[in-house]
Amino acid sequence: MDLRNITLISFGFFEKDLLTRVADSVKQEYPFDIIIKEGYLDLSEYFDPVRRQYNGNSLLKVIDTSYAVDDDKTMGLFSVDLFIPILTFIFGQAFLRGRCGIASIYRLSNERYGIKNDDDLLLDRFKKEVNHELGHTFGLIHCHNPVCVMRSSTYVEDIDQKSWTLCPKCREELNLIPGAR
Amino acid sequence: MTKKISILIVDDEDSVRDSLLNWFIEDGYRVECAENAKKALLILESDTFDIILADIKMPGMDGLEMLRRIKVLKPDSIVIVMTAFATVDTAVQALKDGAFDYVTKPFDPDDLSHLIRNASKQITLAEENENLRNKVVSLENVEDLIGTSDAMKKVFQDIESVAQSSSSVVITGESGTGKELVARAIHSNSPRKFFPLVSVHCGALTESLLESELFGHEKGAFTGAMYNRKGRFEMADNGTIFLDEIATISLKMQIDLLRVLETKSFVRVGGNKEITSDFRVICATNKDLKSLVEKGEFREDLYYRLNVVNISIPPLRGRKEDIPLLVDYFIRKYCTSMNKQPVFIEPAALKRLEEFNFPGNVRELENMIERAIVVGNGKKITVRDLPLEKSVMTTSIESLDDLEKNHIYQILVKYGWNISRAAKALKVDRVTLYNKISKYGLKSPES
Repeated sequence: MDLRNITLISFGFFEKDLLTRVADSVKQEYPFDIIIKEGYLDLSEYFDPVRRQYNGNSLLKVIDTSYAVDDDKTMGLFSVDLFIPILTFIFGQAFLRGRCGIASIYRLSNERYGIKNDDDLLLDRFKKEVNHELGHTFGLIHCHNPVCVMRSSTYVEDIDQKSWTLCPKCREELNLIPGAR
Repeated sequence: MTKKISILIVDDEDSVRDSLLNWFIEDGYRVECAENAKKALLILESDTFDIILADIKMPGMDGLEMLRRIKVLKPDSIVIVMTAFATVDTAVQALKDGAFDYVTKPFDPDDLSHLIRNASKQITLAEENENLRNKVVSLENVEDLIGTSDAMKKVFQDIESVAQSSSSVVITGESGTGKELVARAIHSNSPRKFFPLVSVHCGALTESLLESELFGHEKGAFTGAMYNRKGRFEMADNGTIFLDEIATISLKMQIDLLRVLETKSFVRVGGNKEITSDFRVICATNKDLKSLVEKGEFREDLYYRLNVVNISIPPLRGRKEDIPLLVDYFIRKYCTSMNKQPVFIEPAALKRLEEFNFPGNVRELENMIERAIVVGNGKKITVRDLPLEKSVMTTSIESLDDLEKNHIYQILVKYGWNISRAAKALKVDRVTLYNKISKYGLKSPES
């Protein structure tokens, strides 16, 4: 199977410039055509009133069944707070070696932590999160290299420590994946 | 991470299992899931996991009961319990029952990462500890092999030359000569030294017990087999298995053993799953295996499979020049272990030891020295501290022929079976010595 495109589908409001710059960073790490689309979902169906968050598992599932296609990698981009039943929150998640993933910008903003807003930092974090989840769809697991984008991050501060690119080892692994060259 | 950590997730909620599975797989762990305690216990009977992450509140058997059963089945398992209904009582109970930690659902992603990282660290430390212990034990046991006689030099050379290979070795020698020490020395100088040396005393077990001991058994294989058990071959994976008193095993076991040695795979008693293990075999016996083969008591094919290299340990009476060294070594060893000042042995006592026949070989000498240090005055070992008189009286030598045979053998060993030098020392001609060797059926260790 030869991969054709990486499709970024935004749900909710995103600045056009932010999506273009995220797409540029994806293009640099994963050499495929990048398509940016807008998606429409009734997010209230995925809202958990007890937790006041959106169910990441259900959203990932709907991206897989309604938007993803076999020859593409599809990323659903959200601006709402995501959770999975076992964890208090997630930045994003993906099917390992699957065809899609999701990422949310919600918890990446400084404002959520009572700090002054920083648009550049927000963009930087979102680029890392999208590239990280895409890495999983290509079969990459968490990396121990502290600056690799595939390093696991459980806080925004962790995200700030790494770069938005793959380390040489992960890039080499990516090159070995059929269809990913 | 040196090895891939494995995790078993036990939770009745699909979404929890899926989420955790996905999370851990992305972290590079080997993960399996079970939807209830019963299924988890079933999985644990045939597979091993480093970490078990279990929900407390589940239909049927709850997580606390499952934790107790896991701790009986595999006491070293790391079990982390989780629940959405946290109370101090259940947390305390879980920890009392041996849980590694306790978490409340939903948890922070960072808490989960920390928890698994801490558990992994504990597993790595436990493994390193075990490896170091094996290493220390092995090195200690190499030190117990003492001697500068030609016969012992030959043994050391043999150990050195076989250690690096994975060939089977048969160690022969009388009881008490140190066959197990030689096996340990081979193992601890081999590339397998950081893996276990597993010893089996074949003579001490009945045929059915030996079978279960060597190959392991499945739960229910026989009355009383309540849980699955790993066999010694499985435990010796990457290491060495030492089969002591190999000549005592039955002909049926010999067939089974031959098959295992040829295929390096076996099936547990009562099981049907083929298990493979990469082990090296070292056997020991005080019998002449070749003559047992001739009598039909030991399979010839097994003999050749085992006897790739033969190391023969001389009896202590054949290397009396090593006695002072051994005495000195055992004095230091026991004075240190008993927290006593080093004692010395008076020349008359040492001379008596050198004259003694030692039917129990080095083990007998070691016991004598240990006893002398315990009962002696704490300054020196005298003849009175040594239980020699009684032993001399009960020596097996009664006839002059036995005495002559024994003396000729000692001289032959002393001169490395050089007939001319031995004949000169005995003040007989070479033909006479050849006749005596033939009459008494004496054989050099290399023959």
